Amino acid sequence: MSIYINKDTKVITQGITGKTGQFHTEKCQEYANGKNCFVAGVNPKKAGESIFNIPIYGTVKEAAAQTGATVSVIYVPPAGAAAAIWEAVEADLDLAICITEGIPVRDMLEVRNKMKAKEAAGGKRTLLLGPNCPGLITPDEIKIGIMPGHIHRKGRIGVVSRSGTLTYEAVAQLTEIGLGQSSAVGIGGDPINGLKHIDVMKAFNDDPDTDAVIMIGEIGGPDEAEAALWCKANMKKPIVGFIAGVTAPAGKRMGHAGALISGGADTADAKLAIMEECGFKVTRNPSEMAKLLKALL
Amino acid sequence: MKIHEYQAKEILRKYGVVTPRGIPCFSVEEAVKAAEELGGSIWVVKAQIHAGGRGKGGGVKLARSKDEVRKIAGEILGMQLVTHQTSPEGQKVRRLMIEEGADIKKEYYVAALTDRATQKVAMMASSEGGMDIEEVAHNTPEKIIKVFVDPATGLTDTQGLELARGIGVPEGSLDKAVDTFKKLYTCYMETDASLAEINPLILEGNGNIKALDAKVNFDPNALFRHPDIVAYRDLDEEDPAEIEASKFDLAYISLDGNIGCLVNGAGLAMATMDTIKLFGAEPANFLDVGGGATTEKVTEAFKIMLKNPAVKGILVNIFGGIMKCDTIANGVVAAAREVKLAVPLVVRMKGTNEDLGKKILADSGLPIISADTMAEAAQKIVAAVA
Repeated sequence: MSIYINKDTKVITQGITGKTGQFHTEKCQEYANGKNCFVAGVNPKKAGESIFNIPIYGTVKEAAAQTGATVSVIYVPPAGAAAAIWEAVEADLDLAICITEGIPVRDMLEVRNKMKAKEAAGGKRTLLLGPNCPGLITPDEIKIGIMPGHIHRKGRIGVVSRSGTLTYEAVAQLTEIGLGQSSAVGIGGDPINGLKHIDVMKAFNDDPDTDAVIMIGEIGGPDEAEAALWCKANMKKPIVGFIAGVTAPAGKRMGHAGALISGGADTADAKLAIMEECGFKVTRNPSEMAKLLKALL
Repeated sequence: MKIHEYQAKEILRKYGVVTPRGIPCFSVEEAVKAAEELGGSIWVVKAQIHAGGRGKGGGVKLARSKDEVRKIAGEILGMQLVTHQTSPEGQKVRRLMIEEGADIKKEYYVAALTDRATQKVAMMASSEGGMDIEEVAHNTPEKIIKVFVDPATGLTDTQGLELARGIGVPEGSLDKAVDTFKKLYTCYMETDASLAEINPLILEGNGNIKALDAKVNFDPNALFRHPDIVAYRDLDEEDPAEIEASKFDLAYISLDGNIGCLVNGAGLAMATMDTIKLFGAEPANFLDVGGGATTEKVTEAFKIMLKNPAVKGILVNIFGGIMKCDTIANGVVAAAREVKLAVPLVVRMKGTNEDLGKKILADSGLPIISADTMAEAAQKIVAAVA
């Protein structure tokens, strides 16, 4: 098992004809069962054509109806990305994964509130991963996103992080000491996003094939603290925690739009303290995340 | 992106928020002329820099005659204004605003910003206007009233009244206050602001509500649809190294330490900085080269880091995913040669074609120190600069 996706997941690629979409679709197809997973692309101007043997449809709704796909991955450029998310939601997909970086915050605010209104009115709930995220992978089954597939090994450790390369760092450390991953999830570096640390921790807690989790956070926002408090009361599995940005100054956006210290409770030190209080094994040395986790098993 | 107070007020006026009349000036002569144009017998001479706390730093002064306007403008223009938000050297004042006086009966605070937890727009107001809001939040949090606005409905009358009553606006001015809050909200949304703050918002003797000071910051991701706001950018207020870096699509932030860092990915870059600190030194910068660490980008990144005279060594930490380590190694070698690198360089590369990359570094003949982990890399560069 795994969380959210597996070898049988059918995926639509929104923005499949763009440079980024093409590049990564090919890599995802090459990975594990990818050939069978990536079943549709969307581009209203190129409906009826195909790319890498993947048929292109005019809309997400049509692509889902024709192929039975339940998940979409979005590479649409920033100006149109929120609309692409909404199209996936309106098509009642299970999960939309938005890779796009640089979406205006207002667009994300609007689409997130529309999604919540749809759910409140009894409409189907579509999960959103990202935006500005590397995607997610269940090793040896399926990779949806831009992470390098070859660093992963199938196994029983969950990884969740806001940052792409820091997720890869944790995964590579695990693989190097012989620990595989059940799923690795990048939730993205934007301030307004879909799935948060707490949601992914809940999923890992419920997954019978995950034994332990590395949870990586960053400065800015309340998400890691919220997840830590939930874990304290509910999590049955050991967790190693790291927060990047001890050296980050307040009021400066550290690359990620979401990585900005605004109050006082969202510094790396404050988050590390809460995580430790909640029973996480925390470290200030990101090179020993996997080693610490191994010691907890 | 930040703008000046006078620009923020220009934008607020477009949305109907009432402000005192004011004129931006770049010289003492212009300041005196502005006072004449505004008329009256009292003026406020206000330094225009992007940092807050200008009043306490001596950058905002009252003038009761045109001679005083001349004298004060001469003192403020060109001064190094030091506030709690500037560097210790302060920020040079290059622009002023001359504003008419106001009849202040009471000072309030109001702001719009995006709340991550609720994913709504938070409108915050306080009876404690004119003060540092973070202090108010810390010492008397009950004096801050918050409502959360759904972008689909906008700020409702009920919410507006809750704010206005909550901060003690008198009955006769409630409508005016609610109207101002709604206009501030609309301005926040339509301009893609990340913060729109009026502090103080004042009640005048005649019951009118006016924005006496204003600060508006914008979401950089949305600037593509606001060329009018981009035109407000004042490069004099920004770090030259950060401006240079942005030309090459590098995310760079100057810090106080002596070890330059070049990393791909914001999270890994912060983790690398933290590891340097863990082993006893301080990073000189944050630098994310992003996904496409080409030779050109790496070379520019080296140049920008080395312009900082404090830099005594460089740590490169790259996780090769899509971008392969051998490509990056070639970039690092070419960059080190081009800038004739004279400080120690530690390179840690991980991921795709890692061994090929290491071989390229080793064969380059350059004194590059190689490391396998972030921790080892940090220890090696800290030792090399000690």
